[in-house]
Amino acid sequence: MIKNLVDWIDERIPMTATYNRHVGQYATPTNFNFWYFFGSLALLVLVNQLITGIWLTMNYVPTSEGAFASIEYIMRDVEYGWLLRYMHSTGASAFFLVVYLHMFRGLLYGSYQKPRELLWLFGMLIFLVLMAEAFMGYLLPWGQMSYWGAQVIISLFGAIPVIGDDLTLWIRGDFVVSGATLNRFFALHVIALPLVLVVLVFLHLIALHEVGSNNPDGIEIKKNKDENGWPKDGIPFHPYYTVKDIMGTAVFLIGFCYILFFMPEGGGYFLEGPNFEAANPMKTPEHIAPVWYFTPFYAILRAIPDKLIGVICMGLAIVVLFILPWLDRCKVKSIRYRSMTHKINISQFAISFIILGYLGAVPATPELTIAARIFTVTYFGFFLWLWIYSKNEKTKPVPERVTH
Amino acid sequence: MSNAPVNTGRRRFLTAATAVVGGAGAVAVAVPFIKSWNPSAKAKAAGAPVQVNISKVEPGQLIRVEWRGKPVWVVRRTEAVLTELPTHNDQLRDPDSLEPQQPIYAQNVGRSINPEYFIAVGLCTHLGCSPTYQPDSFGEQVKGVTSGFFCPCHGSKFDMSGRVFQGVPAPLNLVIPPHQYLDDGTVIIGEDEGATS
Repeated sequence: MIKNLVDWIDERIPMTATYNRHVGQYATPTNFNFWYFFGSLALLVLVNQLITGIWLTMNYVPTSEGAFASIEYIMRDVEYGWLLRYMHSTGASAFFLVVYLHMFRGLLYGSYQKPRELLWLFGMLIFLVLMAEAFMGYLLPWGQMSYWGAQVIISLFGAIPVIGDDLTLWIRGDFVVSGATLNRFFALHVIALPLVLVVLVFLHLIALHEVGSNNPDGIEIKKNKDENGWPKDGIPFHPYYTVKDIMGTAVFLIGFCYILFFMPEGGGYFLEGPNFEAANPMKTPEHIAPVWYFTPFYAILRAIPDKLIGVICMGLAIVVLFILPWLDRCKVKSIRYRSMTHKINISQFAISFIILGYLGAVPATPELTIAARIFTVTYFGFFLWLWIYSKNEKTKPVPERVTH
Repeated sequence: MSNAPVNTGRRRFLTAATAVVGGAGAVAVAVPFIKSWNPSAKAKAAGAPVQVNISKVEPGQLIRVEWRGKPVWVVRRTEAVLTELPTHNDQLRDPDSLEPQQPIYAQNVGRSINPEYFIAVGLCTHLGCSPTYQPDSFGEQVKGVTSGFFCPCHGSKFDMSGRVFQGVPAPLNLVIPPHQYLDDGTVIIGEDEGATS
């Protein structure tokens, strides 16, 4: 009965074949470790954001008069509205956490290297759209931090010579951030960018399954196949990695729910204090800082005492990640078999990123500004240094088969 | 299918012509979508001048007025503040207000018509935050200068004429809006017809 139904469908669309290609018989390296949880977790958080987001729009009012009050309405009067909103706001932070870890995994094991350049580029585009999505979503509650955060970020475009002022006017649709800005950000946040995001995630997965997953040893399992053409170091994604990912999901959900129920404001880093006050165009909060996931880039912007150069450097900090596959000229992928220089470089990069993140979250003092300048140099230094030493790097011999 | 010989030249011409016409159509269709993001007629209309009674502002006090949705400050500067203004020119980016950030009648050391009242758009020229007025504690930001404005967002510093200090992200002095005095206690912001001294 079921078999007949499946056959009937398979004659009309390639259902079973697609399932086998992407799940049932997708050859996955046997040596995945902890770092390989974050891709599937990102997918989980995306689904969480889509569903809670749709539900939030059912009670949210996207106007400058009604937005702030409608959030309070959701929090106090709508049944379980508080939970849906906290799932969405905590989900935003969780999204960046897993995506940053996912990207760092790519850095550790050289997952951006040939033949996975396009996979990396799709991933970077996802990151870019995600940042736009988070930024526009943060305006919607129409609190003080929403307002002034949007004011600052939109003004960044004003640094562009000649067209800058007209461009910011066009983005805002008014002479200041206003209801017109709120309405268009709402449209982009709930319709346009999620569509783009879903398409990019689809392309990211298709690209991954075309070239195959990298692994902690950074070797291609497709090079070593048995007589049936199945990689000797591969196992089907289902059931082996679905089970592993369920375990990762369980651990993730424990942490996620802890934040959701016990500290949904994340100590002022997930939802910032001034945002519990309605937007007031007359007065900037004493200390404004972006949400934690933007602080490293914000610290770079703030470190540079020139408007245009500051904006350019902040943009470059993201753009330079796009060209990483071409900056790294080493043929060995995994950090396990690369030089001590590379290990030091990746470590200093991670430390620089975290310290910049801290510096972007605290008020600027002259000493901290100097620190931000130093770590801005080391952030970019990672890429320059990598490009220099990777050409003739002293690497260790790479094994034929994966190790466990 | 006919056996007529294929005229590749004509085929290429037709393909190119279709692509060009289609492309022009796509560009034309994009225009309304892009233009609809510009400020609406309603937003453009909401820019009327505002009249402010400044007679009750205490010496050293700052009041905020909304003009075109932006905060406009009116500060009543004390004698001490005015004497301090010319003392730190060497630390400023544009001490003589050469950049067109003010109407011509405010291109002086006080950047004002009446030195006692400083009137400026209270938005940092860096990224548009509203700086904090520090009437007594500005010395923590710039040694030897008692009062000024400090932007909490990215640490830009301005003196009591809204002139920007060196070594901060803001590139320009604060904007002085067009304004004129109707009498000693009333100023109109956003309008300077028939102005001024």
